[in-house]
Amino acid sequence: MKQLKRVFTYLFLSVAAIVSIFPFLWMLVSMTNKSVDVTAGRLIPGTHFIENLNNLLDQTQIGTALWNSFLIAVITTVLTLLIGSLAGYGFEIYRSKGKDIVFNILILSMMIPFAAIMIPLYRLFGQISADAPLIGLDTLAAAFLPTIITAFFIFFFRQNTKMFARELVEAGRIDGLSEWGIFFRIYMPTMKTTYAAAAIIAFMNSWNNYLWPLVVLQSPNKQTIPLLISNLGAGYTPDYGVIMTAIVIATLPTALVFFLMQRHFVAGMMGSVKG
Amino acid sequence: MSQASNPTQQRTFAQQIRKNYIGWLFIILSVLGISLFYFYPMVQALLLSLQSGMGSTLEYVGLDNYVRLFNDPTFITALTNTILYLLIQVPVMIVLALIFSVLLNDPTLKFKGFFRTAIFLPAVTSLVAYAVIFKYLFGNDGLVNDFLLSMNLISQPLNWLSDPFLAKITIIIAITWRWTGYNMIFYLSALQNVDKSMYEAAKIDGASAVQQFFFITIPLLKPIILFTSIVSTIGTLQLFDEVMNITSGGPGNATMTISMYIYNLSFEYTPDFGYAATVSYVILILVVILSFIQFKVAGDRD
Repeated sequence: MKQLKRVFTYLFLSVAAIVSIFPFLWMLVSMTNKSVDVTAGRLIPGTHFIENLNNLLDQTQIGTALWNSFLIAVITTVLTLLIGSLAGYGFEIYRSKGKDIVFNILILSMMIPFAAIMIPLYRLFGQISADAPLIGLDTLAAAFLPTIITAFFIFFFRQNTKMFARELVEAGRIDGLSEWGIFFRIYMPTMKTTYAAAAIIAFMNSWNNYLWPLVVLQSPNKQTIPLLISNLGAGYTPDYGVIMTAIVIATLPTALVFFLMQRHFVAGMMGSVKG
Repeated sequence: MSQASNPTQQRTFAQQIRKNYIGWLFIILSVLGISLFYFYPMVQALLLSLQSGMGSTLEYVGLDNYVRLFNDPTFITALTNTILYLLIQVPVMIVLALIFSVLLNDPTLKFKGFFRTAIFLPAVTSLVAYAVIFKYLFGNDGLVNDFLLSMNLISQPLNWLSDPFLAKITIIIAITWRWTGYNMIFYLSALQNVDKSMYEAAKIDGASAVQQFFFITIPLLKPIILFTSIVSTIGTLQLFDEVMNITSGGPGNATMTISMYIYNLSFEYTPDFGYAATVSYVILILVVILSFIQFKVAGDRD
C-alpha cells in the first residue's frame, strides 16, 4: 500500500514536471527548425538556428526592443528597490499612529486593478506630453514611471524590516551616523537578501510588462520585447522558427536572473511570508 | 537635579521631533507616487465614467454609462467569461498548488529539487511569450491535437481556439500552467516554518495523511491561502495578456474579458473613454467585493 502510494506520487509529480517543462523544450527545439517543421510538430533539433536568428535580425528591430526592455527593467528595478525600501524602512522604524494610517491607505492601492486606472493614466501622460516631451506619451520613461512605486514593495520591505535588528539603528546613532547614513550604510548592506528577492520580482515584472507599454508606446523603435513578440505572433504568415527564436531570447534574461539568484529568492520570500 | 535633567529632556524631545520628521521624509516619495499614479487616476476614472463622447470631446451624461452596461451584450459576455475563469481556475490552481507543495515537502521524497524547479519554471516566462506558445500548441494542427490523436483519445482534431467552449478551456489551462508553480512556492515556504512535531503527534494518534492534510496543514496555511487566493482573484479579474495573444477575445466574444473589453473600447473601437472608465469601475467593485468575501470566509483575525 505504502509502495503503491509512493509510485503514484512520483508518477503524478513526473507528469506535472513534464507538462511544465515541455513548452520550454519545444520552443528550444523549434528555434533550430524551419517554420514548416515547427507546424508539423517536429521534436528533434534541426540546423536552422543561425538562419532563424538572421531572419529575426533582418525582419524585426529585436536589438532595439531588447535594449528598450533592458533599460526600462534596470531603471525600474533600481528605483523600485530604492523607493520601496526607503518607505518600508520608514514605516517600520519610525512608527507612529499617523504613519500606520498612511500605510493602510497606501496598501489599499493594491486592490486597484490596472485596467481601472489605465485610461486616466493614458490621458495624464497625454496632457503632459506637450510640456514634458521626455516623459510624455511614447517615451520609455512613460512606460516605467507608473510602475516604480507600488504598495507591494513597500509592504514587502516593511515585512522584512521586522527582521532587521533595531539595536543596529541605535548603535549607528551612538556612532554619530545620520538617519540617512544608518539606512544607506547599515540597513542596505544588512538586508542584501531582501533586496535580491525584490530585485528578481521587480526585474521580471518590468521585463514582462505588456498592457501599459502597449497603450503608451507607439513608435516601432520604442517597442519592448513583449510588444515585439505579440506583433510577430499576430502576423498572417508567421515564420514559426523566427518567432520561437525571439521567444527564447525574450525568456532567457528572466530565467537567468531567476536561476542565478534562486537561493536569495526563496530566502527573501520566507522573510515576508513569516510576517 | 531638575535643572540638570531639563536640557537633556529638551534635547531628546527635539531629537524626537527631528526623527519623526525624517521618518516622514523616508516615506514621502511613496505617498506622492501612489497618490499620483493610483488614487488620482481612480478619482479621474470616476469622473470619466459620468461622461461620454468620442475621443477627447466629452460631456457629462450622469449615470447613462452605468445604465448602458446592463444593455450591453458584449459587456455581459465579458463579465460572465471573467467570472467563469475566476470560479474554475482559481480553486483548481490553489488545490493543485497545495497538493504539489505537500508532496514536495516530504523529506523522504527523492528528486525534490528537480520537481520543485520544474513546476516553478512556467512562472519565469513572460505572459506574452507563453501565450504565443500556447496558441501554437493548441492550434488545429498543434502538438496537443497530435498527442491526443496519437493516444487515440480523439478521432479528429479538436478546434481548441475556434470553438467557444474549448477556447475558454484553453485559456484556463494556459493560466493554470503559468501560475500553479508560483503559488506552490508560497505554500512550500510556509510549510517549512511548520513545527514538525505536530505531525508526529498526529501520527501517533493515528491520523491518516488525508486527515493530517485537512486538520493540520490547511488550518496552518490559512493566512497564506487567503493571501494567494486574493492575489489570484485580482489577477484573474484583470486577465488580458493571455486572451489578447491566444484568442484575441474570440471566437466571437467567447473568451473576451473585462480588461480586454476596456482596451478595445479605448484603443480599438472608436474611443469612448467615458464608457471604458465605467466598465473599469466594475472590475474595481468586483475586486473589493470578492476580497471582502474572501476575508469573511477565511474568518481572519486581522
